[in-house]
Amino acid sequence: MAAVANMPVSDLLKSFKLKTKQQELLIRVSILCLVYILAFITRLFSVLRYESMIHEFDPYFNYRTTLYLTQNGFYDFWNWFDYESWYPLGRIVGGTLYPGLMVTAALIYRILHFLRFAVHIREVCVLTAPFFASNTTLVAYFFGKEIWDTGAGLVAAILIAVCPGYISRSVAGSYDNEGVAIFALLFTFYLFVKAVNTGSLAWSLASAFGYFYMVSAWGGYVFIINLIPLYVLVLLITGRYSMRLYVAYNCMYVLGMLLAMQIRFVGFQHVQSGEHMAAMGVFFLMQVFYFLDWVKHMLSDTKLFQAFLRITVTCAVAVGTIALGLGMLSGYISPWTGRFYSLLDPTYAKDHIPIIASVSEHQPTAWSSFMFDFHILLFLFPAGLYFCFKRLSDATIFIVMYGLTSMYFAGVMVRLILVATPAVCLISAIAVSATVKNLTVLLRSKNKGVQTGSTKGSSSSKASSKALLDQSQPFQKNGAIALLFGAFYLLSKYATHCTWVTSEAYSSPSIVLAARGAHGSRVIFDDYREAYFWLRQNTPPDAKVMSWWDYGYQITAMGNRTVIVDNNTWNNTHIATVGRAMSSYEDEAIEIMRSLDVDYVLVVFGGVTGYSSDDINKFLWMVRIGGGVFPVIKEPDYLVNGEYRVDKGAAPKMLNCLMYKLCYYRFGEMLTEYGKPPGYDRARGVEIGNKDIKLEHLEEAFTTSNWIVRIYKVKPPNNRW
Amino acid sequence: MGRASSKEDVGALFRSLRSAYAATTLNLKIIDLYVGFAIFTALIQVVYMVMVGSFPFNSFLSGVLSCVGTAVLAVCLRIQVNKENKEFKDLPPERAFADFVLCNLVLHLVMINFLG
Repeated sequence: MAAVANMPVSDLLKSFKLKTKQQELLIRVSILCLVYILAFITRLFSVLRYESMIHEFDPYFNYRTTLYLTQNGFYDFWNWFDYESWYPLGRIVGGTLYPGLMVTAALIYRILHFLRFAVHIREVCVLTAPFFASNTTLVAYFFGKEIWDTGAGLVAAILIAVCPGYISRSVAGSYDNEGVAIFALLFTFYLFVKAVNTGSLAWSLASAFGYFYMVSAWGGYVFIINLIPLYVLVLLITGRYSMRLYVAYNCMYVLGMLLAMQIRFVGFQHVQSGEHMAAMGVFFLMQVFYFLDWVKHMLSDTKLFQAFLRITVTCAVAVGTIALGLGMLSGYISPWTGRFYSLLDPTYAKDHIPIIASVSEHQPTAWSSFMFDFHILLFLFPAGLYFCFKRLSDATIFIVMYGLTSMYFAGVMVRLILVATPAVCLISAIAVSATVKNLTVLLRSKNKGVQTGSTKGSSSSKASSKALLDQSQPFQKNGAIALLFGAFYLLSKYATHCTWVTSEAYSSPSIVLAARGAHGSRVIFDDYREAYFWLRQNTPPDAKVMSWWDYGYQITAMGNRTVIVDNNTWNNTHIATVGRAMSSYEDEAIEIMRSLDVDYVLVVFGGVTGYSSDDINKFLWMVRIGGGVFPVIKEPDYLVNGEYRVDKGAAPKMLNCLMYKLCYYRFGEMLTEYGKPPGYDRARGVEIGNKDIKLEHLEEAFTTSNWIVRIYKVKPPNNRW
Repeated sequence: MGRASSKEDVGALFRSLRSAYAATTLNLKIIDLYVGFAIFTALIQVVYMVMVGSFPFNSFLSGVLSCVGTAVLAVCLRIQVNKENKEFKDLPPERAFADFVLCNLVLHLVMINFLG
C-alpha cells in the first residue's frame, strides 16, 4: 500500500522537474527578487525607529519644491521665483535646481493616485531613495552581466544592495539628489558600455537619455561627461579603435549635449565651461581619427598617405590649440569652478573659498571611513582589478577606469565615496565570482575526472590529464572546500557589518535626536520641529527669520517663514553679512538686522543636552566667512592664544558678541549637571564666562524644552525718549 | 626638390583619392552628399552668427547642433550600411535606417524645444 502511495508522489515530482536552463533562470530570478526586497528594507531603520519623516537639511528644500510641483503643476514649478528665501534678494528656483528628483517623485505620486492609492507626497518622498536603490541593484546585475557574466552580475547586485557607502545617502527619508543620481549614473554607464559593445544607434540613444536623466538629477554629471571621453581616449590610444566606438560616442555626445542643455541650471555650460571641454575635444579628435582611417582605407599607396597624414594632423592640432587658447584667454571658456577645482587641488578651497571648506562632507577621507564604508570590498577591489586585466575587453577597460578615477576622487572628498561605490562593488563582484567559479570548477572536475577516467578509458587526453592533475595534488578538493567556506564566511561578515553600520551610523534623521536616559530608556529630543512649528503658529506670516545658513531650508519648509540665508549658499556676501551680524557686538548687529528687516533670530544651542553640532561650535566658521568679506571681523579677536574658549578666560569680544549672548542668555542660572556649578556648558565641558547677560535690542521669544533651539524677537526701535 | 615633389605628391594624392572614391557604391555616395549638405548648412549658420552676433545663443546652438547632429548620425548610418565593415555584417540595413530615423526624430524634437 505504501509503495503504491509513494509511486504517484515520485511521478508528481518528476513532472515538476525542470530542465537545467529553467532551473538556472528560476534561481537567478528569485535571487534578484530577494535582493530587490533586501535593498529596500535595509534602508527602513529610521522609519521603524522614529517615524516617516524627511531627514537632514537639503532634503527639506527638495520636499518643499516637490510639494510646490504637485500643487501647482510643472509650468509654475519651472518658472518659480521664490521670495521666501534669501530675503531681500529672492531665489530663481526654476533656474537653479536640478529637477530630476522632484519630477520623479511627483510622477510616482501621480501614478499612485491614478491607481487610487491616496498617499501623501511626504511618504512618496521618504521612500523614493530606497525604491531607486532597489532599481540600482537591478542595473548592477545587468552591468555585471555585460562586463563579465551572470554570476558576477548577481554578486554585484547583492554587494551594492547593502554597501554602506551607498546606503549613507539613500536611506528612507534622505530625499536628496544622490538617491536618484547613483541609479542614473550606473544606468548611463551600463547603456553606454552596451552601446560600445553592440555598436547600435538605439543603445546610444538610450544612453543619451540616461545622461539626460543624470544631468537633470545631480551636479555630479560632470563626472560622466569627463569619464566617457577619457575612456574613449584610452581606447584610441590602446588601439581598440573600432566603428562601434565611433557610433556609440558620437550619437551619445551630440544627443546628450543637446538634451542636457534643456535643463536651465546647466544652460550653455556644455559649450562654454572648461569642465566640459574634454568631451568636445575628444569629439573633434574622433572626427579627425575616423577621417584619417577612411582616407587610409581608400588610398593604396602608403607614402601618399603619410604625406596626407602629416598635413592633416598638423592642421588639426594647430587649429585646435588656437581655438582653445583663444577661448580660454578671452574668458569665453570659463575655467574650472571652485567646487570641481578643489577636487584636483585639495588645498585650494581652504585658502580661497571658506564656504566650500567648511562643509564637513568635503573634507578628505580618512582610512577608517574607507574601511567603514567598504569593509571587505576594500581588498577585493585590487583582486578584481587583477581579473579585469587578465581578460581585457572594451567593457572591462571601462570599469577599471571608472574604479580608479572614482577611488581617487573618493580619497579627496568624503562625499564622493558614494560615486566610487558602484565601481568598487562591480569590480569586487568580478573577483568574488571568478574565485568562487574557479573553486567550484575544481570541486566538480575532480569528481568528473575520476569518473571519466574509470569508465571511458578511450576518451580524450583531457580526462587523463585531469586524472594526472588530480593525482599530483591530492588535497586539492579539501583546499577548495576550505577556501569556499572562507569566502562564504567573509561574505557573511560583510553582510553583518553592513547591517550594523546601517543601523548605527546612517539611520539617524538628524532633525530628531535620541539619547539614552538615566535608566537606559530612550529619550527623544524633538526640539527642532518644536521650534519650527512654534514659528509657524506664533509669528506673523511675513516675518523674516535670521539664522545661520544650515537651517534655512528647514525653516522655510516646516516653519513656512521667510529666511535671510539658506543652504543653497549661492550668495557669499549675504552669508558673510549674517556672519558679521552674529559675530559683532549687539549695537552693531542691530544695525545690520534692521537693514535686512529681520524680525526673529534663531540660534541652536547644545549646552544643556551636550549636543555638539550647535552654533557655538560652528561659530568660528561664521567668523571666517564674515571676515572673508568684511575685514572688520578678525578671527584672532575671538581666540585666546589661538585657542577657542567660552569660559572666564575667553576673549572679551567673544564674551560679548551677539551669538554668545543669544546662546547663553539666562543660561547662567541653569543647573545642567549634578555636581557642577550653574551655567555649566555640557557640550564644551566648561563653565561659561559671562553669566549675567542683558539684551538691549532683542527679547527672548521662545526656547524649546531642551534649550536646543532659541528664538529671539528683534524689538522695534525705541521712542524718542 | 622639395617643392616640386610635394606639388606632385599633392596632385597624386588628389588623383588617387578621386579614383578610389569613384569606386564607392551609389547609396554611400548619397549619404556622403547629405553629410556634406549638413556641414555646409552649419558653416553658413556660423558665418551668419559671426556677422550679426550670437544673441539668442540657444537658437544659434540648436541650429548648428541640429546640422552637426544629423551629419554625425548620417555618418553612423554610412558606417553601419557599408558592406566593407566586418563588425556590422549581421546588421540588416533596414534596422540601421530605422535607428537613424529614430535618432533624427529625437534630435529634431529636442532642437525645436530648444529653438526658443
